[in-house]
Amino acid sequence: MNLQGSSKRGYRVKKDERFEIRIAGFGGQGIVTIGRILGEALSIYEGKNSVNTQSYGPESRGGACRSEVVISDGEIHYPNVRKADLFIALSQVALDTYIADLREGGILLFDPDSVKNVPDRDKYRVYEVPTMEIAHDIGGVKFQNSVALGALCPLIDHMIKESSLRQAISRNVPPKTVETNMNAFERGMNYGEEDRGT
Amino acid sequence: MAKKIGAHDGENRTHDSYFLKPGRYYLQGNQACIEGALMAGCRVYAGYPITPAVETMEYASQRFPQVGGRFIQMEDEIASACALIGSSWGGVKALTATSGPGFSLMQETISIAVMSETPMVIIDIQRAGPGQGYITASQQDVMQARWGHHGGGPIIALAPSSVQEMFDLTIEAFNLSEQWRTPVLVMVEETVGHMREPLVIPPRDAIEVIERKKPQDLGIPPQDYLPWGHGVVAPMANWGDGYNVNFVALVHLEDGNIARYSPQANYHCVERLQNKIEGNVDEISRIETKFLEGCKHLIICYGAVSRTAMEAVIEAHEGNGLELGYIRLVTLWPFPEEKMRKIVGNVDTIFVPEMNLGMMRHPITEALRDRCKKVVSIPSFGILHSPEYILSRIQEETS
Repeated sequence: MNLQGSSKRGYRVKKDERFEIRIAGFGGQGIVTIGRILGEALSIYEGKNSVNTQSYGPESRGGACRSEVVISDGEIHYPNVRKADLFIALSQVALDTYIADLREGGILLFDPDSVKNVPDRDKYRVYEVPTMEIAHDIGGVKFQNSVALGALCPLIDHMIKESSLRQAISRNVPPKTVETNMNAFERGMNYGEEDRGT
Repeated sequence: MAKKIGAHDGENRTHDSYFLKPGRYYLQGNQACIEGALMAGCRVYAGYPITPAVETMEYASQRFPQVGGRFIQMEDEIASACALIGSSWGGVKALTATSGPGFSLMQETISIAVMSETPMVIIDIQRAGPGQGYITASQQDVMQARWGHHGGGPIIALAPSSVQEMFDLTIEAFNLSEQWRTPVLVMVEETVGHMREPLVIPPRDAIEVIERKKPQDLGIPPQDYLPWGHGVVAPMANWGDGYNVNFVALVHLEDGNIARYSPQANYHCVERLQNKIEGNVDEISRIETKFLEGCKHLIICYGAVSRTAMEAVIEAHEGNGLELGYIRLVTLWPFPEEKMRKIVGNVDTIFVPEMNLGMMRHPITEALRDRCKKVVSIPSFGILHSPEYILSRIQEETS
């Protein structure tokens, strides 16, 4: 959908709708990888426009490493998140740092083992998925990003097919780990609605 | 067994098969420029790593050998730039990428390349300065691009704003450098260097690639060849072509002689260099415009900041009806002064958002000071301006 307007001089001004995703957590949790895989899945397999940026320098140290994906059917000018529609928080620091940028009614997906305190949770659509625990169960913390991508999949199914995400994951993980990553993705995806809380 | 990096990596593939097939890819800006360079026929990368340009070098180390090119890590940025001169005179297009401190080290060689009219391309993924500054995004080398090398010789500098343009403008940079026999700089911010976006690779035969003019192509026999003569852009013979090639960065005559120096010879030598670029500014320089007709205020921008500026301009038109025109400098240098004067009428205020304290606002002011009441710089450091910030500054100034 395009928002149409016109200026005093009669220029037709078209602004393309954006969907903005922010992922944040500790460095090493695969924050940057999640963003890259998501962007690739959307742009290569779904034909959408997407821009993926990541935090950098001192910003990326500690628990608030950040990766962003801005998605649109049209042109994306400003490449960063302005008001996130979806926020994946994998650490308490990440949640504390960035929750203010999540729009009211936006989707908040977090790991309840790492994030204990969510202020104003009524303002958002909240999903809890123990990504770390599932990853450990499967084979280690390195699979946490695939679990998170699986958990994310049903939340953005209006934009992306499951198969696209699977393809992008396969292309971006070491060949020997594809099967385990697919398993992680499935576990994240199938983590029941009833268990996720609201 | 570790996979050997090389042209054939055991699969008996040809160099040609390693070019990206036409299609849609998802790459970083720092990688897209390498693909552009390869498409433009560049086959030498010589460099020294520096944040935030490291990915360019890393990616080049994989890609150049695959297509039959050469990759070499030099001992520093001075040597890297010098290697480009050697490659270019050997007949091979050459590239390096660096950032602020490394760009400083390359300045002497850039000046030598300007004087010796050596085609080569340097990509500067700008970080904040002065000194080691910081590794965050900036546009703080845009004046150094023009004036950093001694002698003030003319230069061509481009400013891409997307991953696609990192590909497209790197090809354009090589074409310009071959066409005008001059070093060309691609001035990028960390923002665009590290950004990932879809990149559309066209078929190779759809990409226009310009090669330098050679004396043999123009029918000039070796005995009649003047290495610095035969027109505004002298045809360039490579070492080994059988021509008397005289590489010289001293003031020289058409035949390369440096001993018959005179102030007139000095003037003619430098004037020709200046006219070669500045005299062809209309052909070389590009700008993009939007909403210019009858605009009350104007925003002039370049590089990554033009993305924020465009978002702000669209919102200004959409929301409060502020009549804001938009000009983006695709080419920073030579500065398209006349081109701008032709399209800009009288406006109230010209806003220049930049990731520095206001550098390109100087040539902009010089070009348009009689067309506006004031020029307002909107600086941002280490981070791209947000559209909100640009709009709030515009509102402050115009209300």
